[in-house]
Amino acid sequence: MNAAIQPSALDLALTSSLVVLNAGISAYLGLRMQRMMLWSALRMVVQLLLVGLVLRWVFALASPAATLAVALLMIVAAAREVAMRPAHGLRGWPGVWLSTASVGLSSIATVVLALLTVLRPTPWYEPQYVVPLIGIVLGNVLNSASLGLDTFYGGVVNARAAIEAQLVLGATRQEALAPLIRDSVRKGLIPIINQMSAAGIITLPGIMTGQILAGMDPMDAVRYQILLMFLLAGGSGISVTLAVYLAARSITDERHRLRLERLSGR
Amino acid sequence: MRLRVSQLQSPLAGPYSFELAAGHCLTISGPSGAGKSLLLRMLCDLDPNTGEIQLDGVPRSSIGAPEWRAQVVYQPAEPAWWLPTAGAHFNPHQTQRMQELLPQLKLSPSLLDHEVSRLSTGERQRMALIRSLACHPKVLLLDEPTAALDPEAVAATEALLRHEVDAGMSLILVTHSAAQAQSLGHRHMTLRDRLLHEGTP
Repeated sequence: MNAAIQPSALDLALTSSLVVLNAGISAYLGLRMQRMMLWSALRMVVQLLLVGLVLRWVFALASPAATLAVALLMIVAAAREVAMRPAHGLRGWPGVWLSTASVGLSSIATVVLALLTVLRPTPWYEPQYVVPLIGIVLGNVLNSASLGLDTFYGGVVNARAAIEAQLVLGATRQEALAPLIRDSVRKGLIPIINQMSAAGIITLPGIMTGQILAGMDPMDAVRYQILLMFLLAGGSGISVTLAVYLAARSITDERHRLRLERLSGR
Repeated sequence: MRLRVSQLQSPLAGPYSFELAAGHCLTISGPSGAGKSLLLRMLCDLDPNTGEIQLDGVPRSSIGAPEWRAQVVYQPAEPAWWLPTAGAHFNPHQTQRMQELLPQLKLSPSLLDHEVSRLSTGERQRMALIRSLACHPKVLLLDEPTAALDPEAVAATEALLRHEVDAGMSLILVTHSAAQAQSLGHRHMTLRDRLLHEGTP
C-alpha cells in the first residue's frame, strides 16, 4: 500500500488558480459571476478549515455529548436549508418543524441503523464514524427533501384551480393531491437513482475517490461506497416521503380545504 | 327547508343568513368584486368560515367536508380540469347520466375524447355543468354558467337548469343577466358592499 500523498499548502494555492481562471472567464463573458465564484471558493476554504479544526477537537474529546451536539447542529443546518431552498415554503414554525422532522428522522434512522448493525464501532458514538456518516447522509437527504418540496409547493400553487375543482366535486384532500404527491416523491428520488446507476461507470463517487486517494485498497473503498449508497437511498426515500406528506397535511385543513395562505413565496 | 344559512361569514365576507327551499332557484346579482364568489365558496365550505348551514335539517358541522361538497356542488365561473380529456373526469357510474345530459346541452359525445384544451370556452363551460350535475347535487352553486355561451347554448342551459330545479334540485345562481334571473329565479337577491339585499338591483 502506498502512503497517501498529502497536498501541501503550496499545492492548494496552485490549484486555486483554477478558480481564478473561472472568475476570469466569467468576467470575459460578462456573466457577472466572478464575485460569486471567488466568494464561494473563499467560503468553502474557511468553512472546511473550521470543520477540520472542530472535528479534530471532537475526535479528541470522544465524548457522546460532544458527538451528539455536532450531529444535532448539522441536522439543524440541513433542516434550515430544506426550509429555505424551495421557491415556496410554509410560513413560520410549521415550516421549521416540517423540515427538521423529515431531515432529522430520516438521517438519524439510517445512521443509527448503520452504526448498530453494520459498522458497530466501539464505542458506538465513536465520532470518527458518526460525524462523517451523518454528514454524507444529510447532504443527500437535504437534496431529496428540498427537491420534493419544491415540486410539491410549486405544483400546488400552479394547479390550485385543478385541485379545488376536484375538492368541490367531493374529492378528499388525499384524492385531490395524490398525483402531485407521487410526482414530488418521484422528483426527490431521481438524484439517488442517478447516483446509483452512474456510480463507477460515469462517475467515481466522492467518498470512494477520497479513500483511494488517501491510500485505501480499491475493493475496500468500493465496499464502503456500496454501504453508503444503500444508506443514502434509504435516507432519501424516507426524507422526501415524510417531507411531502407532511407538506400535504400542512397546506390543507381538516375540512379538506386548500390553505395556500399558509405558504409564502420567495 | 333544503338549505338554512345562518350568520355565515369570514373575514372577507358576510355575515349572510337566508333560506332556500327544495326545487327553488335563488339568483344573486351585484357588481363584480362584491363577494358573490366568496359567498358560494363559503357555502360549499371551500374557504374557512364560521356560522351554520343546515342541509335538509342536518347541520354542516356533523357532515364530513367531502360528503358536504358532493351534495352542495360549486361550479366556479372558470371551471378547471385535471385530466387530459373531458371524458376522463367522469366516474363509470356517472356515464349514463352524462350521456343523457350531453344532447340536452347540444354537445356531441365525440367531444369527450378530445383534449380539454382543444374544446372551446363555451364547450368547456357546458361540459363542466354536466360534470357538476352528474354528481346529483341537492344544491348546485353556479357562478355565471352562461357567460361564454352563444344564445342557442344559453337557451339550452337555461332549459336544463329549469328542468333540474323542477325535479327538486335547489339552485343558487350568480348571474349578471336580469333576464336570466327573471326567467329562472324564484327569488332574487343582490350583493353589494358585503350586504345581501332581497330583490334585483
